Amino acid sequence: MDPQTIIARRIARELHSGMLVNLGIGIPTLVANHVPSGIQVFFQSENGLIGTGPIPEQGMAHPHLTDAGGRPVTALPGACTFDSAMSFALIRGGHVDMTVLGGLQVDANGHLANWMIPGKMVPGMGGAMDLVTGAKRVVVAMQHTAKGKPKVMRQCSLPLTSLRVVDLLVTEFAAISFPDGRATLLETAPGVSVEQVKAATEADLVIPGKVEEMAL
Amino acid sequence: MRTVSIEEAVSLIPNGASLMVGGFMGVGTPERLIDELVRQGKRNLVIIANDTAVPGRGIGKLVGAGLVAGTVASHIGLNPQTQAQMMAKTMAVELVPQGTLVERIRAGGCGLGGVLTPTGVGTVVEAGKQRIDVDGKTYLLETALRADFALVHAFLADYLGNLSYALTARNFNPVMAMAADTVIVTAENIVPVGLIAPDHVVTPAPLVDYLVANG
Repeated sequence: MDPQTIIARRIARELHSGMLVNLGIGIPTLVANHVPSGIQVFFQSENGLIGTGPIPEQGMAHPHLTDAGGRPVTALPGACTFDSAMSFALIRGGHVDMTVLGGLQVDANGHLANWMIPGKMVPGMGGAMDLVTGAKRVVVAMQHTAKGKPKVMRQCSLPLTSLRVVDLLVTEFAAISFPDGRATLLETAPGVSVEQVKAATEADLVIPGKVEEMAL
Repeated sequence: MRTVSIEEAVSLIPNGASLMVGGFMGVGTPERLIDELVRQGKRNLVIIANDTAVPGRGIGKLVGAGLVAGTVASHIGLNPQTQAQMMAKTMAVELVPQGTLVERIRAGGCGLGGVLTPTGVGTVVEAGKQRIDVDGKTYLLETALRADFALVHAFLADYLGNLSYALTARNFNPVMAMAADTVIVTAENIVPVGLIAPDHVVTPAPLVDYLVANG
């Protein structure tokens, strides 16, 4: 299984029926492909849609129905649309049960940096700062390292997205949570040892007595 | 409300004007107004919008033609021309979290001086802003935004100027229609009064100053 699929499948296990969920671009988008059967989740697209469906079939795209990246999507039965003020009232107001976002860095306390690399990449934060600040649960989907360098840091060197600490970080190596603001290893991916996770992580990890294997 | 031609609508806009432009990655952007702004060569525009789309689409056309002096937006990552002009300092760019941007515009249209938001506290967004604690929670004071003109795209406009929008093309449009001195609207369809049911009118007619004729 490739790293992105491991991450997306593990995060999909966090979904429960009735949840309102916002998926960021990149790996988070893939989570929608792995929703466990029998579960109905409402996916929000922050450009003004609840009930985002899959990419339309060839020739079926509607110019007024897109995701937050401007790509054509479909709307599932029961979908609804609204303006951007409503969309961010849902996000900031704590009505979104879970958001899944990509990450550049996560630190030992659970702070996320995911919106800029000073001097290199300044795309703007879009909705990320509001999502991390306002969603009930924040899950980060990111690869454990970038070109061999750790992304789970003692302290983020990149500008933070929010002071709010994330709830869960899922990489292709591990699931890490942040109880009391301390990075704690919950699970390792199949075939990955605790030592391997520690070696690929700059932050000090709390290792509980029992670390489960990620169920995928 | 007056019905005007596309040429007349854009002739109302002077060089240096501030424009709120509806749309999200070009979806729901009044494309005909953009094309006419480029054709008439309006310069030194200040654009307030969610994003600057991509080169060759929506606001991206204004950026590509070098007509934009300043931008207030939440995301410019998909338009390399905006990034290049920002780096070259030929365009001033203020990046604002998306939820804060829309609330600042909403405040501007609602007679409010600003809003208190937890978004951005403790980040680079906080620089130069006032922190205010309310009931033990910390917020940033984000001030209201208004513009000289709002350029709005609707799905339906009736002959009076009542507007409704389509799917995700609604986005910033109805909020911006409240927050500018002059509101100029294009619509996919201009329909008789009564065809938009009262419950389905999103932007009431008295907010619209000019409706651009179709055809």
